[in-house]
Amino acid sequence: MMLYLRLFLEFFKAGLFAIGGGMATVPFLQDIARKTGWYTAGDLADMIAVSESTPGPIGVNMATYVGYTTVHSHYGPVAGILGAVTATVGLVTPSVIIILIIAKFLEKFRDNRYVNAAMYGLRAASVALISSAGISVVLIAVFRIGSFSEWRSAVIDYRCFVLAVVILILTRWVPKVKKMHPVVFIAASALIGIVFHMSGPV
Amino acid sequence: MIYLELFIAFAKIGVLTFGGGYAMLPIIQREIVEKKKWVTEAEVMDYYAIGQCTPGVIAVNTATFTGRHIAGNLGGICATAGVVFPSIVIITFIAALIRGFAYFKPVQDALAGIRVCVCVLIFNAVVKMWKKAVVDRVTLILYALILAASVFWHASPILMVVIAAAAGLIVKGRAET
Repeated sequence: MMLYLRLFLEFFKAGLFAIGGGMATVPFLQDIARKTGWYTAGDLADMIAVSESTPGPIGVNMATYVGYTTVHSHYGPVAGILGAVTATVGLVTPSVIIILIIAKFLEKFRDNRYVNAAMYGLRAASVALISSAGISVVLIAVFRIGSFSEWRSAVIDYRCFVLAVVILILTRWVPKVKKMHPVVFIAASALIGIVFHMSGPV
Repeated sequence: MIYLELFIAFAKIGVLTFGGGYAMLPIIQREIVEKKKWVTEAEVMDYYAIGQCTPGVIAVNTATFTGRHIAGNLGGICATAGVVFPSIVIITFIAALIRGFAYFKPVQDALAGIRVCVCVLIFNAVVKMWKKAVVDRVTLILYALILAASVFWHASPILMVVIAAAAGLIVKGRAET
């Protein structure tokens, strides 16, 4: 019971403070991982990939995934489903309450000087937090370490490095290809990972 | 039964939205504005804009707004439940599948490859947001400070968000003189 309550509360907090949609949830999920140990930073990268390649809003997908896996590892698959629902409801509750309140005075809210001023700072924070989450995924995926403090044991996996550069070029500069859905690149990376035995030593 | 109708319409949107965020706007327009005629084009744009500057998932915020507009608070809740429902079913299924096969070597290799791809996807999201978020010297400094605090000291993102909102209010919140 305590686990469900904690899941609900942690995701309630993420839903309340993650502003800017989608990837904005990632830094909060990372914070939850550090505090609770429910899942590792590596698991989080897998969750992002699954959420990006399945239907539905990314934030919701990640809450469902975390809720399921966390409760499953304690109480088995059936309880896992309840965990998925708990985390998702937790994530969604604050925004439903806030929107139902805001809807009453829509116009005033949108043109409010203080709202715009706060947003000015919040947008910068959102990008900074997502950048930081991105950096830790790079540390795990390419350098095989959990944080900068472990730099001594870092290895440079050149296969991962080359793959990253290729995907970067394809998704940013190649016409037509860069418009493709992320699921295409995720599937291709999975194949390349299998072919080059990427989980093994360099 | 309007509540059931809202639930089904938004469950459909949930299924059709791949990748979230901007991907769902055209689908909402087709389903809610053109087919159902529940709201106007301009109203959807408003909901979407406000969804971006309020906490939470944008798709969920838009669903809550539309549902409330059509059928009051309960309508808002039904629409939200609808947009979330497909994710819960699909993701639970996939999560169970991945857990079952995680010890398998090819699955680990595939996940290692996917993680590299995720790095690039996050980087691309950052570049896209950067243009709208980091617009002057103040936001650049704010960006650098928060990035350093969370990379090197693992600062709480909640604290960072609160500080950034306060900084925005201090810099931009004063009345124009």
